[in-house]
Amino acid sequence: MRALDLDYMLGLVPVILGYVPLTLFMAVAGMVFALILASLLAVERVVKVPVLDWFVIVFISFFRGTPLLVQLFLFYFGLPQVLSFLTNISGVTAAIMGLTLHFAAYMAESIRAAIMGVDRSQWEAAQSIGMTQGQMMWRIILPQAARIAAPTLVNYFIDMIKGTSLAFTLGVTEMMGAAQKEAAGSFLYFEAYLVVAMIYWVIVEALSQVQKRLETYLNKAFVR
Amino acid sequence: MIDITGLTKDFGGAPVLNGIDLQIAEGERVVVIGPSGTGKSTLLRCLNFLDVPQEGVIRIGDVTVDAAKARKADILALRRRTAMVFQNYALFANKTAKENIMEALVTVQKRPKAEAEERALAVLAETGLADKADSFPAALSGGQQQRVGIGRAMALGAELMLFDEPTSALDPEWVGEVLDLMRAVAERKQTMLIVTHEMQFAREIADRVIFMDGGKIVESGAPSEIFGAPKDARLQKFLKRVEG
Repeated sequence: MRALDLDYMLGLVPVILGYVPLTLFMAVAGMVFALILASLLAVERVVKVPVLDWFVIVFISFFRGTPLLVQLFLFYFGLPQVLSFLTNISGVTAAIMGLTLHFAAYMAESIRAAIMGVDRSQWEAAQSIGMTQGQMMWRIILPQAARIAAPTLVNYFIDMIKGTSLAFTLGVTEMMGAAQKEAAGSFLYFEAYLVVAMIYWVIVEALSQVQKRLETYLNKAFVR
Repeated sequence: MIDITGLTKDFGGAPVLNGIDLQIAEGERVVVIGPSGTGKSTLLRCLNFLDVPQEGVIRIGDVTVDAAKARKADILALRRRTAMVFQNYALFANKTAKENIMEALVTVQKRPKAEAEERALAVLAETGLADKADSFPAALSGGQQQRVGIGRAMALGAELMLFDEPTSALDPEWVGEVLDLMRAVAERKQTMLIVTHEMQFAREIADRVIFMDGGKIVESGAPSEIFGAPKDARLQKFLKRVEG
């Protein structure tokens, strides 16, 4: 057993922190696209458009039923061989695409459940005043479903932040990739990966604080 | 003028409405009474297609819809000529009292926001809830919520207001204030179709009372006739039960 090289670790922190923006960029971009896609998928699952519904079911089933790593490899190494316009796809783009589709499939199911959890009376009241289905969804149902789904969605976001580390396998130098390179020179693997782990941990903890505020905000209409 | 002919509805084979014919004149207040499960609420809910009738023709003002071939646009048109007050209030939980009233004015009627807000505040003042404009439904009592619910329906300026047992879910202490507000609505010659178990209120407010049983209109007449000289045996039995 040897002692931790704390000086090495402290020196490494700013190096790894330099890659936090890229990690957050991939996670936030993935989350924004995933939320939009998941909402559309969820609304479709509730409304059930003929034929389209079948595609949505298969889409969700596939992206929930296969590992994220396999999906990333499919997008980055596989698809460009079949679709020539993807030949120059960057690792970052492929990672964002993979994260988006993978997490959209999961989030669609929790948003769908949240939509179904909005009280029947809310739908009827919206219909009774003559709203179109789109108006009802956008103005009445989705805002209330958001409150129900928020805790689960934040969990998926946390998962997505950590999932960005898989971009490393696509040759992207993000936090994990940077640590790998550093450790390859110093042979201090334990120290390097520990620094990465700590930084992820701090990011996720900070996010939990944001989550509390978000939930307070979404609950404001429901406080007696 | 509202004209309903041959309205038929069944839930999975069990008939709930057996060919309802009903005409309501402009400004008329019609109260529907009858035992539970006889289709009173379903009748109201078929008029705005919250429940979809199988057959029948519904005419409200210049909109005529044949239930058998109703399209989306027909249903929206009917809904935009009616306003419903629900038993469980059904206020939009994510919107304040004021926003609940503004919602249809802005989103459906496409009125400017400022105008809708002005109208909403005026309606809230009429319902006695001016100080609750920015309260969310969860912070209001049942009586207050139902007054906002009535205000939301009033603001629409609909040709027909539908009241689906508006006091049935209320604690007794709030029933009075809701009925008072409904009286105020009635005084404006608003066409109203009301399902209620409040017999005293029906007697006092109705131009015409309809007694339903088994998905049919069994007897119909002025309150004095229905309550004073009921003809049908089922109505006599019903009145004996509810009036003790």
